[in-house]
Amino acid sequence: MIRHLLSGADLDAATATQILDTAAEMATVAGREVKKLPALRGRTVVNLFYEDSTRTRISFEAAAKRLSADVINFSAKGSSVAKGESLKDTALTLQAMGADAVVVRHPASGAPHRLANWVDGSVVNAGDGTHEHPTQALLDAYTMRSRLGRLAGLHVAIVGDVLHSRVARSNVLLLSTLGAKVTLVGPPTLIPVDIAAALAPGTDVCYDLDAVLPGVDVVMMLRVQRERMNDSYFPSAREYARRYGLDAPRMRRLPEHAIVMHPGPMNRGMEITPEVADSPRSTIVEQVANGVSVRMAVLYLLLGGNNR
Amino acid sequence: MAYPPAAQSSPPRQPSVKVILAAADVSRVVDRIAHQILEKTQGAADTVLLGIPTRGVPLAKRLAARISTFEDVTVPVGVLDITLYRDDLRRHATRAVGPTDLPSGGIDGKRVILVDDVLFSGRTVRAALDALSDVGRPASVQLAVLVDRGHRQLPIRADYVGKNIPTALAESVKVTLAETDGADEVKLYGGTPS
Repeated sequence: MIRHLLSGADLDAATATQILDTAAEMATVAGREVKKLPALRGRTVVNLFYEDSTRTRISFEAAAKRLSADVINFSAKGSSVAKGESLKDTALTLQAMGADAVVVRHPASGAPHRLANWVDGSVVNAGDGTHEHPTQALLDAYTMRSRLGRLAGLHVAIVGDVLHSRVARSNVLLLSTLGAKVTLVGPPTLIPVDIAAALAPGTDVCYDLDAVLPGVDVVMMLRVQRERMNDSYFPSAREYARRYGLDAPRMRRLPEHAIVMHPGPMNRGMEITPEVADSPRSTIVEQVANGVSVRMAVLYLLLGGNNR
Repeated sequence: MAYPPAAQSSPPRQPSVKVILAAADVSRVVDRIAHQILEKTQGAADTVLLGIPTRGVPLAKRLAARISTFEDVTVPVGVLDITLYRDDLRRHATRAVGPTDLPSGGIDGKRVILVDDVLFSGRTVRAALDALSDVGRPASVQLAVLVDRGHRQLPIRADYVGKNIPTALAESVKVTLAETDGADEVKLYGGTPS
């Protein structure tokens, strides 16, 4: 079993499938009267968040609590980080407090990798810069599998700001491990040259959304990250929405069974119209619910046994 | 290929294997437990059989099948996975979690009979009781096992026992069933050769 979950590439097909299967069992807990399992009793999980996040932090907190772990939430605002403490000193503090797992979100790509060398516990990457977000990829894969029944052979279009998207990177890595084919779609300014070959051979790039839609099983819309739009990647928000936004006429070009995904938070009217986001094809709310089950599975598989 | 000559003196000690129950014995024992359940529960009304994986599950199914043959009542059968309730999770590499599958009627207010293959330390049953209380509130809980080999570490006893086998701690009891292992058999390993 792996000790840290830092990248979608850390998981081979067998381990990833084990996580998804375990998540399916964890999901049954949500429907019970007692939504709690004793598996991680006495273990401490620290949520170390250097970046704002609602759903990921709450999702990890709910997951850890449902497994009976103790949860310590640490956000950079209002902590000694605001006074200038380094990541390493914070890590050593957490180490001294006996954290069994550190769930970390950080604006710097690679921060979780550094952290993994400083602490004895398991490190889970909850999003680092523009690099990776592996639990999001796992919950997306779980959602696809539960809606469409399989992953091998699926054709997934990931649409939008691939350049800044950690969700896209982790998804390409994980989905290709699990046998799905990914096509990256977006304006040329937001798709790095050679990214497909660098991440996973077999991944395609296409700049025309309308050409891709009729042949996909899943279309995953990425958020246009306004906070990272410092350069002129596209002429105007309106032009972006016209060419790469998913609206109802575009949704009708999809095959009958195809689903629409979005990692959230959405910019309604930008990359996705409210009509599409609230349609039965959209799995956006399901993705949030599945996030808790998948994170329970990850925490259990990292911390449940003696894997040293 | 030149192999070193086999040692002539003192042949290596083979661990002894003794068959405790053969296939026909297993089926007789299951029949008897089915009868006992019917007797003790006055016809198995409001009763649910929950098998503990792995081999408790086929045993529970067989008991339900025999009960319906004997008295024409249908006893719901389910699966109770206890992995996440074990007290030794941290002593081993992470264990895979299996499915828990409760009958559609649920277990609230029912008489639940837990079914397992071997009763040994009692820790599995303790975990099952904890798991049970998280998924519902049965009226009562009973325990049926194919083999009781003794050496309890917790105050737990079975209501229905297929066979009591006196064992030494060093020995091990292995149950195989047609559904999971291809053949029905109960064997005792590592006993002193007789």
